[in-house]
Amino acid sequence: MRIHCPHCGPRGHDEFVHHGDAVPQRPQTDATDAAFHDYVYLRDNPAGLYRELWFHAAGCHSWLIVERDTRTHEIRSVTFARGDA
Amino acid sequence: MRYSAFRLFTEALRGNRGWQPAWRDAAPRPAYEAVIVGGGGHGLATAYYLAKVHGLRDIAVLEKGWIGGGNIGRNTTIIRSNYLLPGNTPFYEWSLKLWEGLEQEINYNAMVSQRGVLNLHHNDAQRDANVRRGNAMRLQGVDAELLDAQDVRRMLPFLDFDNARFPIRGGLLQPRGGTVRHDAVAWGYARAADRLGVDIIQNCEVTGFRIQGGAVTGVETTRGPIAARKVGLACAGHSSRVAALAGLKLPIESHVLQAFVTEGLKPLIPGVITFGAGHFYISQSDKGGLVFGGDIDGYNSYAQRGNLATVEDVCEGGMALMPMIGRARLLRSWGGVMDMSMDGSPIIDHTPVEGLYLNAGWCYGGFKATPGSGWCFAHLLARDEPHPVAAAYRLDRFAAGRVIDEKGQGPHPNRH
Ligand SMILES: Cc1cc2nc3c(=O)[nH]c(=O)nc-3n(C[C@H](O)[C@H](O)[C@H](O)COP(=O)(O)OP(=O)(O)OC[C@H]3O[C@@H](n4cnc5c(N)ncnc54)[C@H](O)[C@@H]3O)c2cc1C
Ligand SMILES: [Zn+2]
Repeated sequence: MRIHCPHCGPRGHDEFVHHGDAVPQRPQTDATDAAFHDYVYLRDNPAGLYRELWFHAAGCHSWLIVERDTRTHEIRSVTFARGDA
Repeated sequence: MRYSAFRLFTEALRGNRGWQPAWRDAAPRPAYEAVIVGGGGHGLATAYYLAKVHGLRDIAVLEKGWIGGGNIGRNTTIIRSNYLLPGNTPFYEWSLKLWEGLEQEINYNAMVSQRGVLNLHHNDAQRDANVRRGNAMRLQGVDAELLDAQDVRRMLPFLDFDNARFPIRGGLLQPRGGTVRHDAVAWGYARAADRLGVDIIQNCEVTGFRIQGGAVTGVETTRGPIAARKVGLACAGHSSRVAALAGLKLPIESHVLQAFVTEGLKPLIPGVITFGAGHFYISQSDKGGLVFGGDIDGYNSYAQRGNLATVEDVCEGGMALMPMIGRARLLRSWGGVMDMSMDGSPIIDHTPVEGLYLNAGWCYGGFKATPGSGWCFAHLLARDEPHPVAAAYRLDRFAAGRVIDEKGQGPHPNRH
């Protein structure tokens, strides 16, 4: 699997560290316990298109959002996490 | 038909023409008392103990593919109960005790082989951790022995003891750990359950649930609707997807783990060895192949096949542990999709839907759990209360702050 880092170009996925689902957003500090439980622990875990965070550890140290199909590992898009919010 | 040495002998004389199929290829009936979704090791064991221990007769196991096609037939066959935390140890020890009597129980040769599991350590900190774990095990009635480098050298002279980066200083041995022929476990439980009247229905995928007033009344399948008073989910790597059909969101991600087998070699490795400086574990099958594996690939996957970077990483672990493995040729490798939970521990519990029960989150350690999981899940389904040794495996433990995190890695499924 190759990830096209928008800064460094196509690189083997072993240069990157996977950090999981990019969809959950941290709730406000005064949110309910249930909202935090959902954010920290519960996942949609889709079989199909998945938005996930990768860190280019052996490259430019950018945080990236990768859209990938979890059934085929085919990558649809890669963007910088910052500014994508 | 009972299997025995005598039967084997007489069949050999008759050209093996008298063997019957080991279980019926059942067609679904319109209704059952209990339906188990997923015909892997856990689903089949659950059905067997429901019938055997709790006397239920009206049970179906629904499997979307074929029996033994999932992780039960894909794992590296290691069994052990060398856990640290009190929520885990009694459960895995009960499971190991069930393994010890399994073949007599189900009249099936599963090649349960208690050849020992040795976890190596390479520095002082790892030794201290092994001492602590060994003490915790012994306090809970589990066998554990601390070995120093000399003991290990006598046992496994071919390891790379004086490796400059990862010298071997000793290890923690569980003599009662070992290996079991994995697919025989599926077939053995299937046959034993079938003989107690359980319908094992293959090529039958559950595609939805019938829920009325918050209680489950049945399932939708590719072979038509089936009514059931109780439904138990044992879908391993697909738990999230199946639970989502009932409106549930689980603390689980699906990840792929690979396994590797070399060409057959003469007897070389007596038991199971795990490398402490990287993630690598190895044993030798009865056919002679070296069976080994390492880390999961690290990113969510339903692809049931792994990546080359992980192959390289696993093989590097093997080379660091026992350089002679570089001479063996790899015959096969494959992957399996597993449900990695947020704390690395499993779930055996009710769900918010009445009559719907969940058995999930087994990560890459669920094979050794097969008999215990079946036993405890059957207990929960039959009596509506958790079995004492599985009482910590609650679905609400994440919300309640009672996670069972053996590795202390936090809510990151890919690091457990
Ligand atoms: C490569 C590898 C190595 C491993 N090594 C070890 C090891 O050495 N020791 C150990 O203890 N554990 C090991 N494990 C983990 C262990 O194999 C699993 O945790 C365990 O087998 C999971 O339980 P199961 O047997 O019920 O799963 P499975 O056999 O996967 O059963 C689940 C079944 O559910 C079915 N299913 C899914 N969705 C549906 C649906 N909608 N309708 C009907 N059926 C459905 C699937 O087809 C599947 O057959 C390993 C796993 C892998 C992949
Ligand atoms: Zn980069």
